[in-house]
Amino acid sequence: MDTAQSLDNRDAEAGRTPATQDKDHRPAMQDTPYPEHTVGHPFLDDPKMRLRDVNVFYADNQAIHNVSLDIGKNEVIALIGPSGCGKSTFLRSLNRMNDTIDICRVNGELFLERQDLYDSKMDVVELRARVGMVFQKPNPFPKSIYDNVAYGPRLHGLADKKYDLDEMVETSLRKAGLWDEVKDRLHAPGTGLSGGQQQRLCIARTIAVSPEVVLMDEPCSALDPIATAKIEELIAELTESYTIAIVTHSMQQAARVSHRTAYFHLGRLIEVNDTDTVFTKPEHALTEAYITGRFG
Amino acid sequence: MQTGNLLLLVLILVALAYYLGLRRSVALARPLGGIRHLQSLPFYYAMRVALWCAIPALVVLGLWMVLDDTLIRQLVIGGLPEGLRPPSPGARGLLITQIQNVASGALPRGSVAPELAAAADRLVGLRGINRLALAVAVLAAAMFGAAWGWARISPRLRAREQVERILRGLFMLCALVAILTTVGIVLSVLFESIRFFHKVSPMEFLFGVHWSPQTALRADQVASSGAFGAVPLFLGTMMISAIALLVAVPVGLMSAIYLAEYARPWVRSFAKPALEILAGVPTVVYGFFAALTVAPFIRGLGESLGLDVASESALAAGLVMGVMIIPFVSSLADDVITAVPQVMRDGSLGLGATKSETIRKVVIPAALPGIMGGVLLAASRAIGETMIVVMAAGLAANLTANPLDAVTTVTVQIVTLLTGDQEFDSAKTLAAFALGLMLFITTLALNVLALHIVRKYREQYE
Ligand SMILES: Nc1ncnc2c1ncn2[C@@H]1O[C@H](COP(=O)(O)OP(=O)(O)OP(=O)(O)O)[C@@H](O)[C@H]1O
Ligand SMILES: [Mg+2]
Repeated sequence: MDTAQSLDNRDAEAGRTPATQDKDHRPAMQDTPYPEHTVGHPFLDDPKMRLRDVNVFYADNQAIHNVSLDIGKNEVIALIGPSGCGKSTFLRSLNRMNDTIDICRVNGELFLERQDLYDSKMDVVELRARVGMVFQKPNPFPKSIYDNVAYGPRLHGLADKKYDLDEMVETSLRKAGLWDEVKDRLHAPGTGLSGGQQQRLCIARTIAVSPEVVLMDEPCSALDPIATAKIEELIAELTESYTIAIVTHSMQQAARVSHRTAYFHLGRLIEVNDTDTVFTKPEHALTEAYITGRFG
Repeated sequence: MQTGNLLLLVLILVALAYYLGLRRSVALARPLGGIRHLQSLPFYYAMRVALWCAIPALVVLGLWMVLDDTLIRQLVIGGLPEGLRPPSPGARGLLITQIQNVASGALPRGSVAPELAAAADRLVGLRGINRLALAVAVLAAAMFGAAWGWARISPRLRAREQVERILRGLFMLCALVAILTTVGIVLSVLFESIRFFHKVSPMEFLFGVHWSPQTALRADQVASSGAFGAVPLFLGTMMISAIALLVAVPVGLMSAIYLAEYARPWVRSFAKPALEILAGVPTVVYGFFAALTVAPFIRGLGESLGLDVASESALAAGLVMGVMIIPFVSSLADDVITAVPQVMRDGSLGLGATKSETIRKVVIPAALPGIMGGVLLAASRAIGETMIVVMAAGLAANLTANPLDAVTTVTVQIVTLLTGDQEFDSAKTLAAFALGLMLFITTLALNVLALHIVRKYREQYE
């Protein structure tokens, strides 16, 4: 009880800071309270992932506060919000990548369909095969293009024969729109590709294990507009078979690729709505302030 | 004046020159409206005067010290009557020594010819003049240099560039000294080796399988004629190094993986330095550890298994040497493993790999070139190691592949060849140089390879 109290105090302080820092910019924001509950439509029928009252702590520092959200089947949901508001932290708790950080603790209900992600019987290896992740910076392994894509299938024993593996590599590269560019040099190192190609290679690597959900943390932030356009195109195609949660700092990108948009502010989920609604008539003042560029 | 005092005096002059230069440049700046209007900061003007003071003085001193001895000798010998002038350089050397001994009082004056005694007197006189002249010349050089530098100070003088250039030259000179020393050592080893190869054919040395460097001391002595086949030595070196690497590479690599990937920060902060202490233990301590603890233990173990183990075995020396070089592998491997970017690990974990799968399939392959570099450095350390082997592996040049036998190594043989009291140009002592050359080439090649690999690795993530 005591800790909860002190955490609440800290929250209140944290909530005030940005408003007081920048008063001349947005006088109205100073008093804008956090909503009691997330505004908009955070919940869906028959969701792919059901997340309730998720809290994430780094040691004593709470990075995510009581976030409740559903992620629908075959939808693209964009997570937006100012830097440091906890988008990456939230995303990483969806496939337990936070387990790799010693001081990180997650609580709340996190379900992938019927399965509790943080259940002690949950196999993290299997979970990550079902919920894949693409990172901000392209991070191909220092191996050949082929081995990069074949890494996951080999790990999970998805292909018994060389022939099956070849086919998996080819399909994944085709889906990632990279096949034509690399088919003649599958055995060249993956690190030798351009940044945009590397990121598509990482996407191919992720979808090679046929995940149900793909988490993307600012996948285009290191890329030029042309490479970005290719990845966005790819995301649109991938929704046919996958559910995608994408963190982005680009409103245009969120508007272009996503069906729903979730706005985070200092560890809280402020608003979730259809992307059109969020960008045309946001319900909450904080969301409006952010998307109109008044801060962030 | 003693050279030491002279140097001290020059130093004082240099300080003075610096001070005067500073004063003058500041004084020059005042009417202009501040040091901002000088071409360079006052420090550079002062430094320039100081350098102008120091460099000529040091050049004069250096040249003088190189040349004066020869000159004095010439004068002393030239002053001797015609009949006493020695015909050959050897005899001249002897005569000079004799005169010097008389001059220093080591040889009583009465025991030599009166002409020689006179020459000794002249030597003493010349030395006195020489010392005085040296002091005068050096101080004059210092003062003239400083005065000239001081007089040249003007607000437009490009003192900064000049000082930079002189300092660059000085640094280059120092680097040159280090390089020339290395070159000198290599050349002397090379020339002595060539002399050795005049006595023993390179083919015998490189491919001969029999090593017994004892040669007759005197013509009438009964002794072996000496055999200089270095193959057993190199095989011994290779065997001991291989045993050492067999110990050090797995242990070092795995402890590096533990430290870099699994250990908590406080464990790491304590365990890493502790491991590196292993490299700081003097090799002679490892040596008696090997000879007194490990070798008897192996012998006992071997006997209980019914094996015949020599009391000095390659295995004992190799094991202990392996422990010694663990930190070379672990420290470098730890560095390169921690240098593998976290995103690489995240990528693998995000695909559902376990921690050990990630380490095996992504981290180690990414760090492999750096790890190889560490292993090669450790190998060249093992090849050059002497003390442990002297104490634990023995002196017998056996051609054997059995690690339980006594063997000897290149370094040990160099030590034994040069610690005897032999003529310095016998084949036995010269053989040490040839062995040293071979060793040098081997470790140099390994080091170049290691550095090359490490450097290539560094570029990979930057
Ligand atoms: N490994 C960590 N250890 C401790 N605190 C962390 C760690 N990672 C993130 N945090 C903290 O958690 C909060 C949320 O960080 P997070 O990286 O999730 O923000 P973000 O919304 O992704 O920001 P950005 O848009 O800049 O990527 C920040 O206050 C940050 O300082
Ligand atoms: Mg982030």
